Amino acid sequence: MIEKSLIIDILQQHKNDCTRLMDILLDLHKIQNYMDKETISVLAEELDLSRAEIEETISFYHFFSLKPRGKYNIYLTDSITANMKNRKAILEAFERECGTKINNVTPDGLLGLYTTSCIGMNDQEPAAIINDVVFTNLTPYRVKELVKGMRAGEEIKDLIYENYGDGNNADPDVESMVSNNIRKKSIVLKKDYETYTFVKSGIKKYTPTEVIKEIENSNLRGRGGAGFPTGLKWRFGSQSQGEHRVIICNADEGEPGTFKDRVLLTEYPEMVFEGMTAAAYATGSDIGVLYLRYEYTYLLKFLKRILNEMRKKNFLGKNIGGIEGFDFDIRIQLGAGAYICGEESALIESMEGKRGEPRDKPPFPVEKGYLGYPTIVNNVETLVTAVKILQNGAKWYSGFGTNDSLGTKLLSISGDCKFPGIYEVEWGTPLTEVMEMCGAEDVQAIQVGGPSGMLVSLKDLSHLNSTQLMKWYKPSGMEVAERYIDRRLSYSDLPTGGSIIIFNNQRDLLGEVVMNFMEFFIEESCGSCSTCRNMPYVMKNKLQKILDGHGVKSDIEDLLSWGKTLKASRCGLGQTAGNPILSSIFNFRHLYEKHIQSLTEYDTVFNLENSVQTYQKFVHKEPVLFHLQ
Amino acid sequence: MNKKVIATASLAGCFGCHMSVLDIDERILDLIELVEFNKSPIDDIKKFTKPVDIGIIEGGCCNSENVENLRYFRENCKVLISLGECAIMGGLPAMRNGIPLEECLREAYLDGPTVQLNKEGILPNNEELPQILDRVVPCHEVVKIDYFLPGCPPRADLIWDALYALISEQPMNIPYEVIKFD
Amino acid sequence: MENQIKIVIDGREITAEKGKTILEIARENGIFIPTLCHFKGADPKANCRVCTIKINNRMMTSCTTPAADGMEIENETPELNDIRKSIIELLFVCGNHFCPTCEKSGDCELQALAYRYQMMVPRFPYDFPQKAVDSSSPKILKEQNRCISCKRCIKTIKDEKGRHYFAFKNRGNKLEVVLDPDMGMEISDKLAQIAMKNCPVGSIIYKGKGFDQPIGTRKYDKTPIGG
Repeated sequence: MIEKSLIIDILQQHKNDCTRLMDILLDLHKIQNYMDKETISVLAEELDLSRAEIEETISFYHFFSLKPRGKYNIYLTDSITANMKNRKAILEAFERECGTKINNVTPDGLLGLYTTSCIGMNDQEPAAIINDVVFTNLTPYRVKELVKGMRAGEEIKDLIYENYGDGNNADPDVESMVSNNIRKKSIVLKKDYETYTFVKSGIKKYTPTEVIKEIENSNLRGRGGAGFPTGLKWRFGSQSQGEHRVIICNADEGEPGTFKDRVLLTEYPEMVFEGMTAAAYATGSDIGVLYLRYEYTYLLKFLKRILNEMRKKNFLGKNIGGIEGFDFDIRIQLGAGAYICGEESALIESMEGKRGEPRDKPPFPVEKGYLGYPTIVNNVETLVTAVKILQNGAKWYSGFGTNDSLGTKLLSISGDCKFPGIYEVEWGTPLTEVMEMCGAEDVQAIQVGGPSGMLVSLKDLSHLNSTQLMKWYKPSGMEVAERYIDRRLSYSDLPTGGSIIIFNNQRDLLGEVVMNFMEFFIEESCGSCSTCRNMPYVMKNKLQKILDGHGVKSDIEDLLSWGKTLKASRCGLGQTAGNPILSSIFNFRHLYEKHIQSLTEYDTVFNLENSVQTYQKFVHKEPVLFHLQ
Repeated sequence: MNKKVIATASLAGCFGCHMSVLDIDERILDLIELVEFNKSPIDDIKKFTKPVDIGIIEGGCCNSENVENLRYFRENCKVLISLGECAIMGGLPAMRNGIPLEECLREAYLDGPTVQLNKEGILPNNEELPQILDRVVPCHEVVKIDYFLPGCPPRADLIWDALYALISEQPMNIPYEVIKFD
Repeated sequence: MENQIKIVIDGREITAEKGKTILEIARENGIFIPTLCHFKGADPKANCRVCTIKINNRMMTSCTTPAADGMEIENETPELNDIRKSIIELLFVCGNHFCPTCEKSGDCELQALAYRYQMMVPRFPYDFPQKAVDSSSPKILKEQNRCISCKRCIKTIKDEKGRHYFAFKNRGNKLEVVLDPDMGMEISDKLAQIAMKNCPVGSIIYKGKGFDQPIGTRKYDKTPIGG
């Protein structure tokens, strides 16, 4: 148990405020790697909650624990790209070297080995987080070294034998081996912006209403994936009444395959915070929070330094930029491992110390958000882009992109290509060009927008006649096929939060890719909705049935029809949790049909021989012999 | 009108569904006019002697004999009905599904409070005995089932209405009161 | 008439007071919308999703959506009824609902909805997940096999300090509703009985008495849920 006085101390640092339970638990986990019964009892007593209520929050987050974890805890990512880069060998190496199976702690309590969802390192997999330090491009040999070092009791940071990564990854407050891999800069990433220009001088050129107007005119849409018009969000927020208003920057980048926010936070943190300040100015907000996913803890010290620098320069604090009454500051809220917290209302729940369960809407966060105040949640990239727009004007910005999708988009490209990394491309860029850019060949499929997006192909199907197409691409045959011929990144064709994962023709799309994504959704569902809690699991089992050779024609139709029930879920995660299966049926139906038995109309997975094995083993072996003798 | 041929079986059930068939009371006389029974515990015919129109299955599958019997019914019956909760969802026997089979066997034959007489630890392993499945499964997870009549037992009225509808090839009317899971 | 709004549910025009949810208005007007997690007097948290309706072709939950003037709402459509039925079936296969042995059978809302939607057999395979029964409290049996995680007990059963007796634990399909071990030891008979009553299924059982209502006289034996 943690000493009671220490717990009380930590509670007092957070003013015994149960809405700060996340921070309280994060601090306590630094002292002891799990929360024992006694510690929880103290918390419950001091916060006037029941023990079950505290455990409700603890048991929700991947990086909190109710059971002892190790002195060193290894979190090996289970992203699809890690699996494509032979994660299996790394896992085996860790299991062998540690002498424990995954999701266990060594008997001496030294090493905990866990699997974890995508940690935002898709361009340098296989990767793992050990005590908040990220190790990338792992090899079995590196694993051996790491485990040896940990057994010798070394500081985890000292086990980085590689060069630090490029840019600020080498900053003394970061010192990480993570690489930025920026491969293509365009109008947003181009370093033609002198930091803090907006807070220093720009701010004086605009009234708050004019800032909103400018953003509205630029047609900037939320870059997290949902694409809600940013200007409109700011306008709604500014019109809602409340004692305070809140700007949240959503840096809970959890969609597998995206890592562009990580790079923005590493290389453009000033612009991120400046974007928040601009949003605060426009909407009259006084509270700012950067919600940083736990996986990016290694950036925390660095980001805090930037905030302090800004405070010193009066770019945060009171009367910012010399504007009387413009008070705004930013704190950083760490998450604790939950994909769902990327959903804005779940993120707000988490910030209030609760489980990250999305809220029912209405009311929307812009009306009633963090602690009931009007709250504007923006993606990291959105805020950075807003700063550029305010510098150069909406008119300039609308010179890029297409009619329905203006400007540029940061893509996080990974998978089967020569040059994984960050690419800033104009909206409207065809997928074929993106493939060319990143050196992808022999492309079978592309996951656009992460698991919650679409699995699409590049294949030009123009040589097929409509009957053939109808056969392959039921139910919307031609329409789907036509879009295939030149699929583009845009809100009208392929909207995306930026995750692009490429699979070549050697990949087993259903068994390897779709299965991994379904497992991801099962793991990351908050469980609140009956639909999303259960359906992905049921659908995954059906897919497994098909892959095991027990599929019949009606199974494909069942999957399509069951997927509809998911659309009744509360949030985007639930509504899209069937997408890996649904979009692969739409776009790769032949892969399913390959597994379907043509002559059988009814098949279950029941197998009599397998079903009696336990019995036979228990009854017929030793006891039988013994009895006969 | 040719008489329809009916066969029934009780797999892992308690025979309550069969009792419920008898609960149709005097309508049983009408039924006899309309159907003839083939393989069934009611008339003790052990093997199918002709093709069957309607097979009625009570009980789910908890052992290999149940599975064989069920498959035998599927091969010989045009229409197969799952009658009652056990056939539809495993029913009471399936309550053991939450416990690993080894544990069940251990409790029943080795460690349970009532097994003091089994000092040698004899386990039921005679070849004649059916083999126990890992878990009890509903009938439709073994073979295709055409109709489902829930209840524990299904109400006699539901059984009568369903049989009458099938025999007369009329649509079935289902009043609220007759669909029950207990 | 500033406080009055007009909405249309399945073609029927209804005048209602402003500020109410669609579900409330439907109930006041004798229109049935199925619910499981909804509990009168407690804040709605649309967990069960069976009250899903459609507004402008968008699925919304009627228990949380305030009615607005001019709203056109779809309710009793084949599509929505099928989604509702599939959710009920999903809850059946992803738990272990042995109705014949359940104290709440006949008074269970999940079962009653299955009756109403004529669930003869779920379309999904039975999963028979392994779930525990917590009998540690002297007053309450928490039967996880039957829990549908509706949150009603979490929302309504509190002590005088506002502390919750029940809470969620874990997430995703490992989610469960647990009884606080300390508070479960001290819960009063009265509160335990209320907890059992508030549970739509048979997951919270007040110890000591059960099956006291003969078959045929229970709540949903003769009358469908929602009339």
